Amino acid sequence: MRLISAIANWFDQRLGARSTLEPMIAHPVPRTTASWWYVFGSATLILFVLQIVTGICLALIYVPTADKAFETLEYLNYQTPFGWYLRAMHFWGSNGMVLLMTLHLIQVFLFGAYKYPRELTWIIGVFLLLGTLGMAFTGQILRWDQDAYWGLGIGAAIAGRAPLIGSQMVELLLGGPIIAGRTLSRFFALHVFVIPGVLIGLVALHLWLVLRLGVNEWPIPGRLVDRTTYRQRYEADVQRDGVPFFPVAAQKDMIGMAIVTVGVLVCAALFGPHGPRGVPDPTLIDTAPLPDFYFLALYALFALLPPWTETVVILVGPVVAIVFLLALPFLAGTGEKSWRRRPIAVVSVLLIVLTVVTLAGLGITARWSPVMDAWSALPTPEAYVQGRTPLQLQGALVIQNKQCRNCHSLGGEGGHRGPALDGVGTRLTQDQLIRQVLQGGGNMPAYGKNLTPAEVTAVVAFMQTLRPAQEPPARSSVVPAMLGR
Amino acid sequence: MAQDDANSEVVTAPPTRRKFLLAVGLALNAVVAVLVAIPVLGYLLGPIRRRTAQSWILLGPIERFPAGETRLATYENPFRVAWDGPTAKIACWVRRLEGEQFQVFAINCTHLGCPVRWFAPSRLFMCPCHGGVYYADGSHASGPPPLALYEYDYQIRDGQLWVQGGQIPTLSEPV
Repeated sequence: MRLISAIANWFDQRLGARSTLEPMIAHPVPRTTASWWYVFGSATLILFVLQIVTGICLALIYVPTADKAFETLEYLNYQTPFGWYLRAMHFWGSNGMVLLMTLHLIQVFLFGAYKYPRELTWIIGVFLLLGTLGMAFTGQILRWDQDAYWGLGIGAAIAGRAPLIGSQMVELLLGGPIIAGRTLSRFFALHVFVIPGVLIGLVALHLWLVLRLGVNEWPIPGRLVDRTTYRQRYEADVQRDGVPFFPVAAQKDMIGMAIVTVGVLVCAALFGPHGPRGVPDPTLIDTAPLPDFYFLALYALFALLPPWTETVVILVGPVVAIVFLLALPFLAGTGEKSWRRRPIAVVSVLLIVLTVVTLAGLGITARWSPVMDAWSALPTPEAYVQGRTPLQLQGALVIQNKQCRNCHSLGGEGGHRGPALDGVGTRLTQDQLIRQVLQGGGNMPAYGKNLTPAEVTAVVAFMQTLRPAQEPPARSSVVPAMLGR
Repeated sequence: MAQDDANSEVVTAPPTRRKFLLAVGLALNAVVAVLVAIPVLGYLLGPIRRRTAQSWILLGPIERFPAGETRLATYENPFRVAWDGPTAKIACWVRRLEGEQFQVFAINCTHLGCPVRWFAPSRLFMCPCHGGVYYADGSHASGPPPLALYEYDYQIRDGQLWVQGGQIPTLSEPV
């Protein structure tokens, strides 16, 4: 025991660690901050550390070249001991990091922690958010599969929409004229050197500011932030009723860190690594690329935006969002901190969360995408062929063969790009059906050139039978006698 | 400066020399920084080159493309590097109208670059990502794409179909 303390003293005389670190570790913080609501930041940090550890491990095997990367991922999955588990930890760790960072952001926003004097802490936090999302996107690229390839295709298409400098942006992004070897190398450099380096520096600054300015106290409604009095009041509160950060506040952080790490370990064990899904050969076009969950909302937004707004929203939207986040502490740097008296803040958070979650949910089902194999894989429901005339049956066949079901469902199966055809006979008259098939419109292609008149007659005859037995087919409001004139 | 002089004569001379050395040190490092920055920036911005990524590419004999049909063709990108692996391969859709009349479409949807697929029975190209649809001649049929499919320039030499390409088509540089 004496030997250990002698060794410790020897080091401390040289490092001076005790005199520097002890006041930091035990610095007093407001008693109210020793709360479960304050654990998201440290939980994000521990996952970042986990990402560094697992990332370095993966780099021992992974080869960042376009011709070998996919094979090394398969080797990690199936040949390396624990390789699949390390990949799974890295994947679920990244998901957890994005999730916890979002929770941290929301908590900090609702508790008014971005207000004076912690504006810079917030601003650095915004850059940490961007860096982490950057890690998520570049990491998805390193999983060099079809999703990565076409994800880059989407990135290039977005860059190419920039006015004037579009083609230069594309070449800078890809490192060459196409998505290939040089593209992967630069995303590897970003994912492994550039962004992590920036993140480590920013995390250090972020923590330094938390130490220097103190942990944001639990906001009390009606207690307004004033630039002239805030710091004295905070100091006085901490002197009067503070608790040492370690162990009083840190114990909840430690439990939080342990829980999220175990969460990642369990998810990794239960669900395993993600992909790689399919060799990144762009001539294999039977692929339906899907982004990782953090970009599902964006993916859905791209499908649902009115086309004429798209370029503006895609290019200007992120800039506006980032500028708004950066400007927030200057727009509302003082005043009320408590969420109880900031209804607009609460409603905004709810709206944004609901929007993102809804869009991500839509992104998973992607009902705007045609179901590419519906026409050949899904038979016409039996109920829809019973008791039909030969002409109507011929029409049912045309519906299948002309791939109508890639976009239109029958009996709940098929695409959802267009309206379901069940009950269409009660909605559209014979004339309207003919016109819709021939001319298209309302987002439907025109089939006039692809169908013979006989096929059109058959399809329309079949569709008119698609209605509940007791309901008559749709009729025009025009009296037949008047039509005759 | 004036204040320094007034305070004491003893300190005047050494600070001047120190200031000179400091100025030299700063200037030297500024020059060195520029000397380092020139190759680094040149290297980083290297990929930005104007219209070099275009070349005539052989797609094969025209008999491979029956009149009235649309077929998938693939080629190796002429600007490949040795370690590109499968990503050097590029696909395109070749539509032969009749005789020596062709249309060669890029695989990339004009909306966000996803690979479009040809459906012969309905004579439509469909995109799996956001539901863009094009007619057989590449024109926009439905969905979010802002333009018709990107079309390669082509020529026929000695019964062989050649297209001009080499870069990923985007709205700012279509094929």
